[in-house]
Amino acid sequence: MPEASQKRLLAADDIRRAVARLAHEVLEHNEGVDSLVLVGLRTRGIPLARRLQQRIREFEGADVPLGELDITLYRDDVYHHPPRALSPTSIPVDISDKTVILVDDVLYTGRTIRAALDALIDLGRPRAIQLVCLIDRGHRELPIRPDYVGKNVPTSRHEKVAVRFEEVDGVDEVVLIQPAAVPA
Amino acid sequence: MTLEVLSRPGPIPPAAGSILPARRPRRNVLDLDDFSVAEIEAVLDTATAMKDVLRRPIKKVPTLRGKTLVTLFYEASTRTRVGFEVAAKALGADTVSVAAATSSVTKGESLIDTIRTLQALGADFVVMRHHQAGAPYVVAEEVSASVINAGDGWHAHPTQALLDLFTIRERLGRIGGLRVAIVGDILHSRVARSNLWGLTLMGAEVVLCGPPTLLPVASFCEGLPWKVERTYRLDEALDGADVVMLLRMQLERQTGGLFPSLREYVRTYALTEERLARARPGALVMHPGPMNEGVEIDPRVARGAQSVIEAQVTNGVAVRMALLYLLSGLPA
Repeated sequence: MPEASQKRLLAADDIRRAVARLAHEVLEHNEGVDSLVLVGLRTRGIPLARRLQQRIREFEGADVPLGELDITLYRDDVYHHPPRALSPTSIPVDISDKTVILVDDVLYTGRTIRAALDALIDLGRPRAIQLVCLIDRGHRELPIRPDYVGKNVPTSRHEKVAVRFEEVDGVDEVVLIQPAAVPA
Repeated sequence: MTLEVLSRPGPIPPAAGSILPARRPRRNVLDLDDFSVAEIEAVLDTATAMKDVLRRPIKKVPTLRGKTLVTLFYEASTRTRVGFEVAAKALGADTVSVAAATSSVTKGESLIDTIRTLQALGADFVVMRHHQAGAPYVVAEEVSASVINAGDGWHAHPTQALLDLFTIRERLGRIGGLRVAIVGDILHSRVARSNLWGLTLMGAEVVLCGPPTLLPVASFCEGLPWKVERTYRLDEALDGADVVMLLRMQLERQTGGLFPSLREYVRTYALTEERLARARPGALVMHPGPMNEGVEIDPRVARGAQSVIEAQVTNGVAVRMALLYLLSGLPA
């Protein structure tokens, strides 16, 4: 059987530069760190949010609160999958009247973000929610767009984008995976 | 020495794991005897996340939106029925509550017809309590809805056992290696039976204690995966216990002649502060409720620092949310 082929889209240095730029963009757009809250989506949105927090600390000398959001209970496909394990949601501050920077690794159909918006609004009434993603691979199924993008990657639906972070996967890289059997 | 060993650990201690089993998700929860260690761990881990939801300002998530849970109770209940209703509502499901006493059951409708009617009315989950052991098994064969046993006769009460396991793990950090005394009318207790399965599966030692007439025969514990002992001396059961689980003296199930008098029972088996001192310091006092205060438990113990009886009720909601969530997914 033929192996699935992989193509590296971003190496560790590319990720580092993209994160630095994203942090600058967030700061520029919001004119500083006042009332910002970073919220990472499980699983790989969290290390990405943590890196943004670290960059912002280096650039501005200020600590932006960092939360973790598990959106499993808000998914629209609960009945289509075996149950997934739940992780805790922990957001250290009240998000009401804050600008929430929602952070995820890959933006695809937009359904995860839709669920995250519902989950956030159940936790409070933020002044605004902005979206950061490292990779935007297109194929949106909902009217959702990112505010800050690390890299736009044109993909086809049968391809997979894997973002790997040192903290979770032991390596920093983004790869495009071409499945072995390509549907005609 | 009256302590008698009824069951010994098997050759391999149950391994603790926390991943969901790979086989297809379960449809029904009838007893704990078909649960694996991994599955129980998955329920307890999920319940921890659900408890988080219950602490939020908006205690509701949309996970089971559009699903209907029916509670069908042929016996009285407060905690279990309300626990399930609150759990279902917190997950966004609709709930309908049927009490046999005010339903067509009084006109002679059979259990099977009642259950088919509920299915035709769109029930996705049926939570049932029945005075006949095994009734939920019969029902589960008849309907496509998920059936959850909320107590059948003297047989089983799995969700109570799961919430007890959750409370023990939450308070003491583990279940394996603990010594748990279950005290009272073991013979008539479905709570004791389900807890025996759950506790021994998770590697806890259990000592059953009560008047000899209310203790089960040795064969009752055959096949349990961990050590079980029985004694009719309360002090022996309490020695070194990490958890003391009291059972309600089920006056309505007494068929007569099994114990001399309530007063003698109180004198011999009621848990008082003095007696509790024999257990490990900080041992948990648990009771599935409703309590007969002054019978099996002294009111000072029931409200004392070691009592987790109210926490059991609150945890019951989180554990039932976890079960409903885990029953909702489709096979892969």
